[in-house]
Amino acid sequence: MKILVCIKQVPDMESRFKVNADGVWYDERDLAFRMNEYDEYAVEQAVRIKEQLGGAADITILSIGPARVVEAIKKGMAMGGDRGVHVKDDSLAQRDPWQLASTIAAFARSKNFDLIFTGMQSQDRGSTQVGAILAELLGYACATTLIGFELNGDVVTARRELEGGVKAIVRFRLPAVVTCQLGLNTPRYPTLPNIMKVRQKELLAFPVADFLTEESLTITEKMYLPEKKGRARVLEGDVSQLADQLLAILKEKTTVLR
Amino acid sequence: MKTLLICEYRQGKLLDVSYELLAFAERLGADKAMLLIGDESQAPKFGGKVYLADAGKYGEYNPDAHKQIVLEAARREQADLIVFVHSSYGWDLAPQVAASLRCAQVSEIVGVVESKFEVAACNAKLRRIATPKTPQAALTIQAGAFGYRGEAQGTPQIERIEIPAGPARIEFVGYEAAEKKELDLAKADVIVSAGRGVGKKDNVTAIAALAKALGGELGATRPVVDAGWVEHSHQVGSTGQVVSPKLYVACGVSGAIHHLAGMKNSEFIVAINKDKDAPIGEVADVLVVADVMQLVPALTAKLAK
Ligand SMILES: Cc1cc2nc3c(=O)[nH]c(=O)nc-3n(C[C@H](O)[C@H](O)[C@H](O)COP(=O)(O)OP(=O)(O)OC[C@H]3O[C@@H](n4cnc5c(N)ncnc54)[C@H](O)[C@@H]3O)c2cc1C
Ligand SMILES: Nc1ncnc2c1ncn2[C@@H]1O[C@H](COP(=O)(O)O)[C@@H](O)[C@H]1O
Repeated sequence: MKILVCIKQVPDMESRFKVNADGVWYDERDLAFRMNEYDEYAVEQAVRIKEQLGGAADITILSIGPARVVEAIKKGMAMGGDRGVHVKDDSLAQRDPWQLASTIAAFARSKNFDLIFTGMQSQDRGSTQVGAILAELLGYACATTLIGFELNGDVVTARRELEGGVKAIVRFRLPAVVTCQLGLNTPRYPTLPNIMKVRQKELLAFPVADFLTEESLTITEKMYLPEKKGRARVLEGDVSQLADQLLAILKEKTTVLR
Repeated sequence: MKTLLICEYRQGKLLDVSYELLAFAERLGADKAMLLIGDESQAPKFGGKVYLADAGKYGEYNPDAHKQIVLEAARREQADLIVFVHSSYGWDLAPQVAASLRCAQVSEIVGVVESKFEVAACNAKLRRIATPKTPQAALTIQAGAFGYRGEAQGTPQIERIEIPAGPARIEFVGYEAAEKKELDLAKADVIVSAGRGVGKKDNVTAIAALAKALGGELGATRPVVDAGWVEHSHQVGSTGQVVSPKLYVACGVSGAIHHLAGMKNSEFIVAINKDKDAPIGEVADVLVVADVMQLVPALTAKLAK
C-alpha cells in the first residue's frame, strides 16, 4: 500500500497577525509555525493503516513551501511517516489551490499512490480545495470531510460529516483522495525514540519548478485586518479586580444574578 | 453577469440555505438561475429558471453524476459564476467542477466589497479579497453571511436535465441520524463553555463549577469534545447545538466561525481569553483578558459568597 499525506505548515492561530509590505498576505516574521491541525488527523490515519496492515505500507509525507516547512515534514515522519518530500517554494503565499494541487498531482502521477490524505482545509488560507482538485486531476475517487475511516482490502467505508449532526456513510475503491475533518481519530504525539529515528529516514527535496507548470487561476488582491466592530468592552488587569468588575457588569446588564 | 445557483437538498427536502444563494446573487446584481438535483415537488419558490435533475435517478449524493449535471446546467445557462453553499455538499463538489472547467474557485465568501469577493483567513483574524483570473468561476458562500429576508415567492420555469449514466466512484450507503441529545442546551439560561484554552481535561471541572454557580450548563467547543474532555451533547456550534441563552461565557474559546454559528445570538456574551485579538471579541459584549484558570476559580469563589 502506497500512501501520500499532504501537509501544510501554518502559523499558530493565536499569533498576532500583521499584513505584509505588499498588502497581499500576512507578514511571516515573528510567527511560530506548526502543522496544519487538520493534517495531523491525515498523518495519524495513514499511520493507523500501516499498523493495520502489519507494516505493509509506505507513507510519504509531502509539503510545499519554504525551508521552514521541513519542521512539519519531520513531525509527520516522527509520527510514523517513512519518507519526507519537501517541494521547495519560497512563493507559497502567491500560489492558489489550483497550482498547489497541480504541483502535488505532477509529483504523484507516476508513483501510483493507492491512497492520498489531505486535511479538509488549511487553517490560514482555508480554501477547502486542494484535496478535491487533486482527486480530479489524478482521476481518483474523492471523499471529503471524513470523521470515520475503515479499510477492507481495497474498499474504504467512510463517514462524512454533514450539517446538523447528520452523517453519511459512503463506500469507494482505491485509489482515492480523502480529506480529514477534526475528530477523525486522536493524533499521536511523536515519542522521543521516534523523533530520533527521523534522522535515518529519507528526506527528499525538489525545486517547485520540477512539478509546477500551471499559472494561478485566482489571486489575492489584498489582505487586511477586519474592521473592529468594537462591540466588546475589554477588561484588563489584576485577576481579583477583574472578577469583581465582571460580576458588577453581570449584575447590571443581565438578569442571571438576580 | 449570469449566476447558476446550486440548491442544497437532503433527505428528500430542499434546504432553506438555498435561498441565501439568491441573496448573494442579488448583492452582486447578477442574473439568476438555479439548479436543483432533487424532486420537483421541492423546487425552490423562485420566479426564474430552475434546472431540475431527478435525485431519484441520480442520487442525493453522487459526486460523479452531480458534477456532470452541474456542468450541463452551466453550459446551457452560459453561467459566469457557479455558486454553491460552503457546506459538506459545496466544498465537495465545487472544486471538482472548477477543476474540470479549469476555472478559478473562491471559497467561503463572507462579503462583497466593491463587487469583489471577500473571504476570511487565519481563523477570521484576517480578510482577503480573492479574485478569479478566469472569465468563469466556481464560488462557495458562507451560510448566514448573505442572509435571506422574507418569504420566498415565485413559480419556477422548470427545465429538465438528463445525463448519460456513468460510473459512480463513490457509493452512497446511507445517512446516520444525529445522536439523540440527552442534554438540551437550548433550554439553559446560562451556558459556560470550555474551549481548548482551558488547557487540559482536569481543568474542565473548574468551568463546570462556574456554570453551576451561575445556575447554568456546561458547553464546549469541538476540539474539547474531540479530545474526550467533554461529552458531545455539550458541543456548541454548527455541528453541535445552536443556543441563545441570557448569558454565554466563553472560556478559552477563540471564536471560530463554526463556533460562533452556535452562540452568537446569545443575549449577553462574556469571553475570557488571554489573547486580546481573539475573534470571539467580535461578538462578545465583554472580553476579559486573563488566564482562564486564574479568573474562573476566582469568579466561582466570589459567587459562593
Ligand atoms: C465543518 C466544521 C464544523 C465545525 N463545527 C464546530 C462546532 O460545532 N463547534 C465548535 O466549537 N467548533 C467547530 N469547528 C471547529 C472550529 O473551526 C474551531 O476549530 C474550534 O471552534 C476552535 O475551538 P477552540 O476555540 O476551543 O480552540 P482554539 O481555536 O485553539 O482557541 C483556543 C483559545 O484559547 C485561548 N487561550 C489559550 N490559553 C488560554 C488561557 N490560559 N487562558 C485564556 N485563554 C486561553 C487562546 O487565545 C485561543 O483563543 C468546526 C470546524 C469545521 C471545519
Ligand atoms: N503547501 C502545501 N503543501 C502540501 N499540502 C498542502 C499545502 N497546502 C494545502 N495542502 C493540503 O491541502 C489541504 C487543504 O488545503 P486548502 O485547500 O488550502 O484548504 C491541507 O489540509 C493540506 O493537506
